Amino acid sequence: MQLLNEWAFIGVFFAIAWVFPLLPIVGSWFLRPHKPNAIKQATYECGVETVGDTWVQFKVQYYIYALVFLVFDVEMVFLFPWAVAYKQLDWFAFGAGLLFIFLLADALIYAWRKNALEWI
Amino acid sequence: MEQQCRDLINTLAACMVANGADPNFANLISALLGVVLVATLPLLTVILLIWVERKFAARIQDRLGPNRVGPFGLLQSVADALKMLTKEDITPAGADRFIYNLAPIIAFAVVVLIWAVIPFTPMHVGSDLSVGILYFVGVGSIGAVKVMVAGWSSNNKYALLGAFRTIAQLVSYEVPMILALLIPVMMSGSMSMQDITWAQGGMWYIFSAPLAFAIFFVSNLAETGRAPFDLLEAESELVAGYNIEYSGFKFGMFMAGEFMHVFTVAVLTAVLFLGGWWGPGVEQIPILGFVYLGLKTMAVYFLMLLVRNTVPRFRIDQVMNFNWKFMVPLSIVLVLVQAFLLRVITSLGLAPNEAGDFVSSLPQTLILLLGNLAIIAVVLNMIRNRGRQQRLADEAARSELAHPAGAPAGD
Repeated sequence: MQLLNEWAFIGVFFAIAWVFPLLPIVGSWFLRPHKPNAIKQATYECGVETVGDTWVQFKVQYYIYALVFLVFDVEMVFLFPWAVAYKQLDWFAFGAGLLFIFLLADALIYAWRKNALEWI
Repeated sequence: MEQQCRDLINTLAACMVANGADPNFANLISALLGVVLVATLPLLTVILLIWVERKFAARIQDRLGPNRVGPFGLLQSVADALKMLTKEDITPAGADRFIYNLAPIIAFAVVVLIWAVIPFTPMHVGSDLSVGILYFVGVGSIGAVKVMVAGWSSNNKYALLGAFRTIAQLVSYEVPMILALLIPVMMSGSMSMQDITWAQGGMWYIFSAPLAFAIFFVSNLAETGRAPFDLLEAESELVAGYNIEYSGFKFGMFMAGEFMHVFTVAVLTAVLFLGGWWGPGVEQIPILGFVYLGLKTMAVYFLMLLVRNTVPRFRIDQVMNFNWKFMVPLSIVLVLVQAFLLRVITSLGLAPNEAGDFVSSLPQTLILLLGNLAIIAVVLNMIRNRGRQQRLADEAARSELAHPAGAPAGD
């Protein structure tokens, strides 16, 4: 029951947290002027009319960073339980953690050597 | 019943049930009240903090800062908010309207959400989740979504470019931040923020893990997108970054979210590394913890302001290299060394006793501190050697230019 209560609090928090920013944005609807025109709504780039489509394919570089991040982020989920229980564990756990983190570092070294971490 | 009703915030539900209310209804009411209390606190604080930050920046830049609205300009933020309320809201033609409007709401809500797990005193905490750290990591990463959503939906090339960069930066700096978070978890044996604070009764973690503190601090600077990592609003290159098309209070939400994020990570740093609410007399009078936490938060906050106002902006490739080729390897080494030393300490029987008081945690702190200092010494030495090689190479190249190999020297 205690555990459920803690999460119930988070649930209420999630509901309320969206209301906070919504209130002033909706509220300002009653206070602000509404005079749209085409020039005002034009894309603000540098004073010149925008050329071409914005939503284009972008560089693969970003995907590579995201992939390296993903390697770390997923493995980190497994490291947290290890860290929580660490004080009660023996040398074997340290060895296991060492191996696991070595595999993590291995991915980083691989990406580094493949020049995936160069910003072009 | 008097006993139950004394500390109103924590026992409101029990108190209402004792007075004959329906338990579910009582729980809901007390949760609602708690949420509103916890969530309003950062909102009110941030109004003041914007003033503090602007004054601080002004003093560093030899200006006066806001001084017109209210005493000492204290009401400047209120005036700004009112102005933004009355500004016309412009949605650019061709924007993806639904997610365009959603982005500022996400930006603000995720920062408020982090406050749910912050322990204010030994007794007052929004929600003492057993996975508080993971909750913070999870909610914190939604911050990257808001940038992508805002940049993509604005139908503006600069906004999109800014968003790409910012995402790359936010996502990258999450790695050393999470690795640094492993260390308090490892040392306290819990992921609950309240337990981590309790575990620092004898010694704050900044003494036994100074390097983890430094890594957490720097990667949080990058996560909040403040200088020297404020590439998301590099005016000279991107006009204004991912929020360029926003106006009125939607823009205000991005700004308020950013200011609040800085304050929030300052609180988190204080909780995780500076002992949270610990201070003299806090066990007798729990409410004092609130004051101590506030003071420690302010210390971290001013450190952040100092960095923001004194360090120039990095280039994007420098930012990425600094993270992947320095911070990440360093934090991996740090986690391993810290784990090894903790293991050694436990094997030698030097671990602090159950009470975890100051004297019994001294040996552990000293060993860990020495371990950290050793890493720092090695790293500094490596940086110095690299710097010297770079300098020599530069000088060789320069003298090569000044005196080409064919020409006679010294004429």
